[in-house]
Amino acid sequence: MIPVAFDYVRPTSIDEAVAALAAGGEDAKVMAGGQSLMPVLRLRLGAPSLIVDCSRIDEMIGIRDSGDAIVIGSATTHHAVMHDSLVNEYVSLLAKATATVADPQIRHRGTMGGSLAHADPAGDLPAVAAALDATFTIAGPGGRRSVGASDFFVDYFTTAVGDDEVLVNVSFPKRAGWGAHYEKFNRTAQAWAIVGVAATVRMDGGRIAEARIGLTNVAPMPVRARSVEAALAGAADIAAVAAAAESAADGTSPTTDIHADAEYRNHLTRVLTRRAVVKAAGW
Amino acid sequence: MTEVIDTATAMGRPIRRKEDARLLHGQTNWTDNIQLPGTLHMAILRSPMAHARITNLDVSGALKMPNVVAAFGAAELGELNGSVPCVWPVTDDIVMPAFPALAVDKVRHVGDCIAVVLATDAVHAADALEAIQVDYEPLPAVVSMESAISEGSAFVHDDKGTNTCYVYNLGGGYDEAAAKADVIVKRRFINQRLIPAFMEPRCVVAAPMGMSDEITIWTSTQIPHVLRVLLALVTGIPENNLRVVAPDVGGGFGGKLQCYREEILVTQLARKLGRPVKWTETRSEDMVATHHGRDQIQDIEIAATSEGKMLGLKVTLLANMGAYLQIITPGVPLLGMFMYPGIYKMDAYDFKCTGVFTNTTPTDAYRGAGRPESTYAIERIVDELAAELGMEPMELRKKNWIKHEEFPFTTVAGLTYDTGNYEAATARALELFDYDGLRAEQAERRASGDPVQLGIGISTFTEMCGLAPSRTLGALKYVAGGWEHCTIRLLPTGKVELVTGTSPHGQGHETAWSQIASSILGVPVEDIEVIHSDTGRSPYGMDTYGSRSLAVGGQAIKKAADRLVEKARVIAAHQLECSVEDIEFVNGSFRVKGDPEKAQPLGAVAFEAFTGHNLPPGVEPTLSAEATVDPEDFSYPHGTHLAAMEVDTETGKVKLRKYVCVDDVGVQVNPMIVEGQVHGGLAQGIAQALYEGVIYDEDGNLKTASLADYLLPSAMDLPSFITDTTVTPSTTHPLGTKGVGEAGAIASTPAIMNGIVDALRPLGVNDVTMPAAPMTVWRAIQAAKAGGAA
Ligand SMILES: Cc1cc2nc3c(=O)[nH]c(=O)nc-3n(C[C@H](O)[C@H](O)[C@H](O)COP(=O)(O)OP(=O)(O)OC[C@H]3O[C@@H](n4cnc5c(N)ncnc54)[C@H](O)[C@@H]3O)c2cc1C
Repeated sequence: MIPVAFDYVRPTSIDEAVAALAAGGEDAKVMAGGQSLMPVLRLRLGAPSLIVDCSRIDEMIGIRDSGDAIVIGSATTHHAVMHDSLVNEYVSLLAKATATVADPQIRHRGTMGGSLAHADPAGDLPAVAAALDATFTIAGPGGRRSVGASDFFVDYFTTAVGDDEVLVNVSFPKRAGWGAHYEKFNRTAQAWAIVGVAATVRMDGGRIAEARIGLTNVAPMPVRARSVEAALAGAADIAAVAAAAESAADGTSPTTDIHADAEYRNHLTRVLTRRAVVKAAGW
Repeated sequence: MTEVIDTATAMGRPIRRKEDARLLHGQTNWTDNIQLPGTLHMAILRSPMAHARITNLDVSGALKMPNVVAAFGAAELGELNGSVPCVWPVTDDIVMPAFPALAVDKVRHVGDCIAVVLATDAVHAADALEAIQVDYEPLPAVVSMESAISEGSAFVHDDKGTNTCYVYNLGGGYDEAAAKADVIVKRRFINQRLIPAFMEPRCVVAAPMGMSDEITIWTSTQIPHVLRVLLALVTGIPENNLRVVAPDVGGGFGGKLQCYREEILVTQLARKLGRPVKWTETRSEDMVATHHGRDQIQDIEIAATSEGKMLGLKVTLLANMGAYLQIITPGVPLLGMFMYPGIYKMDAYDFKCTGVFTNTTPTDAYRGAGRPESTYAIERIVDELAAELGMEPMELRKKNWIKHEEFPFTTVAGLTYDTGNYEAATARALELFDYDGLRAEQAERRASGDPVQLGIGISTFTEMCGLAPSRTLGALKYVAGGWEHCTIRLLPTGKVELVTGTSPHGQGHETAWSQIASSILGVPVEDIEVIHSDTGRSPYGMDTYGSRSLAVGGQAIKKAADRLVEKARVIAAHQLECSVEDIEFVNGSFRVKGDPEKAQPLGAVAFEAFTGHNLPPGVEPTLSAEATVDPEDFSYPHGTHLAAMEVDTETGKVKLRKYVCVDDVGVQVNPMIVEGQVHGGLAQGIAQALYEGVIYDEDGNLKTASLADYLLPSAMDLPSFITDTTVTPSTTHPLGTKGVGEAGAIASTPAIMNGIVDALRPLGVNDVTMPAAPMTVWRAIQAAKAGGAA
């Protein structure tokens, strides 16, 4: 369909972007890759009067090593993220999850920061950011601030990023040598996750020493499966993982839609958590 | 680059499609590419409700919006608000409700048209829709067929006082056969509603052509010829003043076999406003306003002896018409009616179909139209019968199918299948599939309790192609014929114009028709221009659907080409100064028998016919011939399809691991095109089994209203198909061809579902509803575990 007419600016710096948002008031909207925003506009589910295109701001694009962490510019495309050597070495869970997002065309346009800021419960990256305790840098009229993953995701499609703010980058603590797997369950290869499980584990002497697990699409926001993480410490075989995964659906609040009801989502959460951890452990 | 082709063998070669270069390089004309000066763009306000009374409609707000030229509701449109036609009143007492292009007083499905706005550009037309005022009084929505026909249901059409459109009966005698049976198996299958989802959304442009009274309509249709007649009848515009053109059309699958309300509206408004009018649908509109397909509840009962001899079949259908009847809505189930017995011999067959109105998008033909439904039912129930009898499902089939030496064979449904060789196709398929190896793996997985179980799905199908002998259509109360036309003109320079009445929209007719003509006329394929899909240039035709184009249109090509050769032979004999009987036609040249040096190529004869300087007495100048052919009978392609299905019993997720099919479509004009048709059909048939399915909520809202929710598979979801063919020529079609457009879509759905049920049968599962979404499969497993299987 045809969107309602809007004004468009494409700033080249964060300051310009923030200024444009301030000038545009509450009807201004940031756009990155446009892969989630454009469908909303075309279906006329939203009609912002001003689009602030942040896809060409140098500071928001690219991936760097900051010592303890890998810092990814918010407007870096999915394609760039999944093929980056730093990401693959230190944040391999993110690389693996990103490879399951949509299809190549969308991954060439869509951005990591756009996915996180959009905070679709079915999006694949929020669970990864939650599992990895990522830190979000947000710029606004009052300057810059940092927010941890547990505070970043606020509700269904809602994050800590205010209407007048821009997500600048996301910092992922380095986890070299951790095993990782993203278990995405969907009906067609390019569809959204019915349930997804992001798991990464540190192995020590054939046992799981530490595990981090994020769940996709089982609540309005990504969920950390903390009880499973705790139960996995010291797990040495698949049976131990299976036992730990039994509590994976605790604390979730899945919805019912045309693909799955809540009971089935809970069941999937348990099965897929087991599978994700087993694969992350390399068993 | 020209491919050098040995014209004598042009038939049967996998030559590249002539039309592909322009299609792949974006050098073609889709209807939406047509930009005429002064065009008005139409946007449509559609009902957000399934059933409601319109208590107030005010379009005046739209008129005040920028760039808007006109706006119409039913009241403003008045007499021009034509009724969408249905040409197949299947019974004498069928209930045929009015179907105004713009809803009058009431809306009856989500997507029903309420008002239109015309603006000088598409953007402002879309904006202005929001300025139209409508008030609705919601009415109870009739959504499920079973509640629609139960006591106390609201009516979709109050004035009719019933939601039953028609009841059609065929056969009789099943009860007698069943009384002799040792085993009776009954199942209820749901053949779910599908959306054609062609790649190019619909588009219509209509323009009064200034110098005459002609209105030209370019439309993304499969049926320009039929549409011209229907638009003339609906609008009252003299047929001779209507020209309908289908430019390149990006897929149809039956979804563009229609006379749509939007086509009526655009035509009427172009006439009224005296300006070109254009409408291009959005995907969102397509999902609710293009007709849907399938949607039957099938109660199937099969009776057999304990040795596995089939005795009789009973089919009781509820067929969802949707809110209104479109071109052949009521007839679609009847196209399947004759095919429920499939390839099997039996003594009795009872068929009953009840057409039902609901507050949903109208249904109509979708790839296979009736035959996928019947093939699904018979091939699924045969597997259930095999399970009940404890027989190998392929053995049960072999025991009952028509043997190759028994053709021609008249089935219990009254059709005479001319030829077939089910043994040969099956043997080849089993070999390609490694049937025994996979059965062994299946046994291992069962024994070890593998969470991923393996199932083998079989579909030994036949279908009915080549719509259709006109007498048969007449007997079924269809108001048109089933003939096809071809004109072949030899131009003075030796080039050929082949005018066909078929209307390709992806099938490659330009190439295949050239190959047929080339092999008869001895003219190179690249020298033949196929003219089609324009009632101004190809005035006669019945268009493309029902795998009819080659089966029927091909006959017309052959007959016209043969006639042309006969006329040319007379001229050549005159030129070569011998009698007609002494002339032979070899490789494009007329030769004097026994004196091959004395020869006249066809091109030279054409030039002679053009100049007319030296023609034999009584022979008219110019060289052309035409033929209109009514097919003697249907044709019956068949094949054996095998699917290896892996089912993850923990999650219910299903994976198609291997797919083999061996189809017998008779003589093949271009095997590459045949393979392409099979592949596309398979993808659609497999999609019905695994992915696609329309879901309405209880208020009649379409829950699968976008391609994010209505799942279409991509190449990533499908394995490499292993396809092969056997060739048993049709004896009723002069070229020996049968038809291939729908075979893949018809055969594959039951193969997939039989495979899934086969994988799960040891767990107690004996049916899974389509689409076999993971949750559906998981629930079937849970229910079986709890002892709840049917
Ligand atoms: C067909 C299809 C399939 C898809 N499948 C998947 C899938 O399987 N898994 C998945 O995870 N995603 C999927 N997506 C979504 C895709 O990943 C999007 O690219 C992503 O969700 C949004 O990224 P974007 O850069 O396109 O953001 P945009 O569409 O530009 O923006 C999305 C939202 O985020 C806001 N925003 C964007 N950037 C910033 C910023 N820097 N600061 C503040 N706010 C910002 C925008 O204002 C907007 O509200 C799919 C999309 C499509 C069209």
